[in-house]
Amino acid sequence: MNMVTQEQTTARPLSLSIRNRRALWERRLWKGLIVVILSVGAFIMSLPFIWLVISSFKPLEKIFIFPPEWIPNPFRPQNYVEALVYKPFGLYLFNTMKIVVLNLVAVILTASFCGYGFARIRFPGRDFWFALVLATLMIPYFVLMVPQFIMFSRLGWIDTFYPLTVPLFFGGGAFNIFLFRQFFRSLPEELADAGRIDGCSEFGIYWRIMMPLSKPALATVAIFTFLAAWNDYIGPLLYLRSDYNFTVAIGLATFRSVMRTEWNLLMAASTAMILPVIVLFFLAQRYFVEGIVLSGLKG
Amino acid sequence: MTTTTTTSITPHWTHRFWPRSLAARRAVTGYIFISPFILGFLIWFLIPAGVALWLTVHDWNLISPPKYVGAKHLTTMWEDERFWKSLTVTTTYTLISVPISLVLGFVLALLLNTKIWGISFFRTAYYLPSIVPAVANAVLWAWIFNTEYGLANVALGMFGLPKIAWLQRPEWALPALIIVSLWGFGSGMVIYLAGLQGIPQVFYEAAEIDGAGRWAKLRHITIPLVSPVIFFNLIIGIIGSFQVFTIARLVTNGGPQNATLVYVLYMYQNAFQNLKMGYAAALAWVLFVIVVVLTLFVFKYIGSRVHYEDVR
Repeated sequence: MNMVTQEQTTARPLSLSIRNRRALWERRLWKGLIVVILSVGAFIMSLPFIWLVISSFKPLEKIFIFPPEWIPNPFRPQNYVEALVYKPFGLYLFNTMKIVVLNLVAVILTASFCGYGFARIRFPGRDFWFALVLATLMIPYFVLMVPQFIMFSRLGWIDTFYPLTVPLFFGGGAFNIFLFRQFFRSLPEELADAGRIDGCSEFGIYWRIMMPLSKPALATVAIFTFLAAWNDYIGPLLYLRSDYNFTVAIGLATFRSVMRTEWNLLMAASTAMILPVIVLFFLAQRYFVEGIVLSGLKG
Repeated sequence: MTTTTTTSITPHWTHRFWPRSLAARRAVTGYIFISPFILGFLIWFLIPAGVALWLTVHDWNLISPPKYVGAKHLTTMWEDERFWKSLTVTTTYTLISVPISLVLGFVLALLLNTKIWGISFFRTAYYLPSIVPAVANAVLWAWIFNTEYGLANVALGMFGLPKIAWLQRPEWALPALIIVSLWGFGSGMVIYLAGLQGIPQVFYEAAEIDGAGRWAKLRHITIPLVSPVIFFNLIIGIIGSFQVFTIARLVTNGGPQNATLVYVLYMYQNAFQNLKMGYAAALAWVLFVIVVVLTLFVFKYIGSRVHYEDVR
């Protein structure tokens, strides 16, 4: 936008040459074209969401009509109540939040701790261990799925939350270590030096100086940790057996296998599961982007 | 503390094992800091990897005692039709879904990197699908691909096309899953976008002075400078799509006629439905080797064409 107006004002005092005017029009046309393409694309991308929400408010007899009605009539919000009461989704939510909270504590404490070590302390072997962090980041989870399952069943941890929470207390996942390391590297060393002069130990510097400064990284990591726990399907599928231990994700999956054709209720339950994620996105958009930038591409 | 303040700030019990030289002290501190990772690596990584190796040469159903079988699992695999099928399905899925998401993500990131009114709305619209929880995503798309009343066939009907039994016909089930995966292309797109925004504007200004047009700027500035990001997305895409599981399990559960029997699903069935722990571990190792070889191949042949420049 800036460039266009600049060009206008600088070109005008001269002859307002045809060349400039043409460039201006070309630019406008180009932008118009981009808007059109983006609008069409955005509409296609949002169609599944629209379909989801519309279906979730329809009564069952209106679900099975072809071609479908685009405005639910009668409008039926009771679908949500029925879907969320049919299975104990309140309990599932409580279970999920238990896992989420434990994961948050684990990741925020141990990933930042390790990340600080990798970012700020020079010691022999550091590069080797950091390469290992990156390597574990690249290794697909399924490779260790079976042996880990056997380990956990030997420990008697099947149908408990331990397999979904305890491992995170050991470093909190390679991705999070990496994220914290990137963040701590961007903080000025002078702060740590000031702490050292005042007699602060390295642990004090980490806990009293660096951690209070890393709220953006903490927020980012917290968001991704929440999403991972909220969305996780395979973990609860393998390790949770009893209905009273289920998470929201596994609850929705079993709800699906019970309700073969009540698509309106299924859509209501799905909407209820998606909604927190979308709300979180709108509340914390900045940290989503920060996480992507931090993780991706700064050295 | 109160009695020792005159001599030292650290409590005196540390003197016994806290090393004196600065370098040694730093090393100890460093290792204390990364100790959670080291422990975690040993317990949740190295030991399971060893167990997996041990499993590949054993027959074990978790109940009766394990039996040593040598390389039997590998020969079984060689003759296992469903193994080859699952490998083909996963490879096809990867070969189609990864390049399309790569191109879509890049093109959309280019378009979204312009300054127009409402751009943040557009960015959100393209990104949101990629954060939808996998289970909810699967339930939603199972409904969209419903033959009689689903959105997909409604859309086809608008163009006067006949209905497709997406999830019942072997030839359409895999394309349906690929469409689902494409809906989530926004996760790669934002990474491109971050990369595009990191390109210094001076490069474009310099090129404009030299008379470069849109195409020339794209070809000679944008693409080379974001090529590390393209490469990153390619690697992540390949690794990710070899692990696809949730959608295949919940939407089609591998059917019809194994048309969507992706590799991890087949592994899961072996381990947790047939309780063939040894065979499943062998399958995991084989896929791991395939992914590693593929990644190295990509690094060698495509990685060498990536343009690295420290723009900071």
